[in-house]
Amino acid sequence: METIIENELVRELANKHGRTRESLIPILQDLVVHNRFLSRQDMVDVARELDISAADVFGTATFYSFLDTEVRGKYVIRICKTISCAMKGKNDILSTIEEILKVKMGETTPDRKFSLLEANCIGWCHKAPAMLINDTPYTELTPRKVTEILREYIKK
Amino acid sequence: MSSQHVKRVDLIFEKIECRDVLKKIVDMEPDAICQELLESDLKGRGGAGFPTGLKWCFTASEKDPVKYIVCNADEGEPGTFKDREILDLVPGKVFCGMAIAGKAIGAKMGYVYLRGEYKFLIPKLNEELKKFHQTMDEFNQNFRIQIRLGSGAYICGEESALFESIEGKRGEPRNKPPYPTKSGLFGKPTVINNVETLVHSVMIMKYGASHFKELGTKDSRGSKVFSISGDTPKAGIYELELGMTVDEFVNDFGDGDTKAVQVGGASGFCVPRKKFEETIIGFEGVPTGGSMKLFNSTRSMYNVLHNYLDFFTEESCGQCTPCRVGCQQLLKGVEAVKRGEKNSKYLDELVKLAKTMKRASKCGLGQSVGNAFGSIVENFKEEIIY
Repeated sequence: METIIENELVRELANKHGRTRESLIPILQDLVVHNRFLSRQDMVDVARELDISAADVFGTATFYSFLDTEVRGKYVIRICKTISCAMKGKNDILSTIEEILKVKMGETTPDRKFSLLEANCIGWCHKAPAMLINDTPYTELTPRKVTEILREYIKK
Repeated sequence: MSSQHVKRVDLIFEKIECRDVLKKIVDMEPDAICQELLESDLKGRGGAGFPTGLKWCFTASEKDPVKYIVCNADEGEPGTFKDREILDLVPGKVFCGMAIAGKAIGAKMGYVYLRGEYKFLIPKLNEELKKFHQTMDEFNQNFRIQIRLGSGAYICGEESALFESIEGKRGEPRNKPPYPTKSGLFGKPTVINNVETLVHSVMIMKYGASHFKELGTKDSRGSKVFSISGDTPKAGIYELELGMTVDEFVNDFGDGDTKAVQVGGASGFCVPRKKFEETIIGFEGVPTGGSMKLFNSTRSMYNVLHNYLDFFTEESCGQCTPCRVGCQQLLKGVEAVKRGEKNSKYLDELVKLAKTMKRASKCGLGQSVGNAFGSIVENFKEEIIY
């Protein structure tokens, strides 16, 4: 007989948020905070905990760009690519980050410390170009400023 | 040159004692609250502009004992950042507005749906929410608010997609009717208002509908918070009286070389220089949720259009074909014209496609792609082709 190994974190999050359908997204959001992404196993375990299909969990998770289903780094950098940031030099910021971290857009550093992604309008158009590192916004970026910010994160 | 016509207003960010407004509301009849809102002619500040008083009256008249208030704080329109500032500077007024709406329709539960990009605001909002709940307890009001966080999907700003998301599903828009006033969150009668609309309702209850109506025009009452960005020396957030022309706006906020203003963000309209004087910013002209983006002569409107189409292609929820396929075809189409693979007449075909999307798409996203597309292609055809 197959033994089901309990996923303690999923159980804990279901206890915290509840086991109704409306708890699904808060549980997935917290899983991403803890594990940096949603593994297949975690999604299957969430499905079992909420008594819904794993396909439903996967289908919901993949709809949202912040519910990562691929491995991400400890620090997820999201560069805003929408028009204001594009007008104010977003490409220079991007190439600076790519140069420092030695990764291309969409990639994660081999040590899994940083992931570099694009975002659609993060709501700082008057202080463009802007980016988010995890939940923290950084605005009015210049290549020099972004270099200093990244140096601080590299030290962490 | 600074225009005399663009009048600054300070209502939304005015520091007030929300307790006093709540105290006044507690003793009011729900119908009186709805009537005051109706009298004010306040139209929703999220962009669509539905009369707020009507929305509240419709929901109040529903017999279901369970009803909800939802604050739409999923501000994702490119060029819009006013709601972040409102939530950051006067969060208590937003909660107060939700309580007023709750009293008006008989709801005991409210939700704030905050976009994931604004997660950094959560600690501050929770702190303010705690104080708000204490005040509610003090006034024996059984009304509670929960904050729900979005996860990076522009479409969740569409009201029914937002409900789906709170319910734990993919944020795909529902068929309408039924409208939220009848069947909204969890299938219950729901009032969903933009952040700014809720704050306006507080100020209307504080100062009265007549005070609000002194500002603006017949079709566009009151003031509005504008998010101003692009080629302007005054980028930022400004509360202005409604009813100004684009020309007056540009005189005040332009850099002296403004060739176009995108009113209402990527889903709004592009106004070229030759139409600045005749175009009113408001419901009698070009409506806006607040985004005003200025472009000067150094900008290529092809790049602007391409950026918008790229945005819509990524953010279409994919549920209905006109929007899903239409966005992709518009993007591929303008690229083909730019490369010279298609001749300029092909743009007319794309304009027809955009019009079809407006008629056939299920929700506001697909329906509004044609606004930017049509207005940019019509007014800046050479820049798209060459």
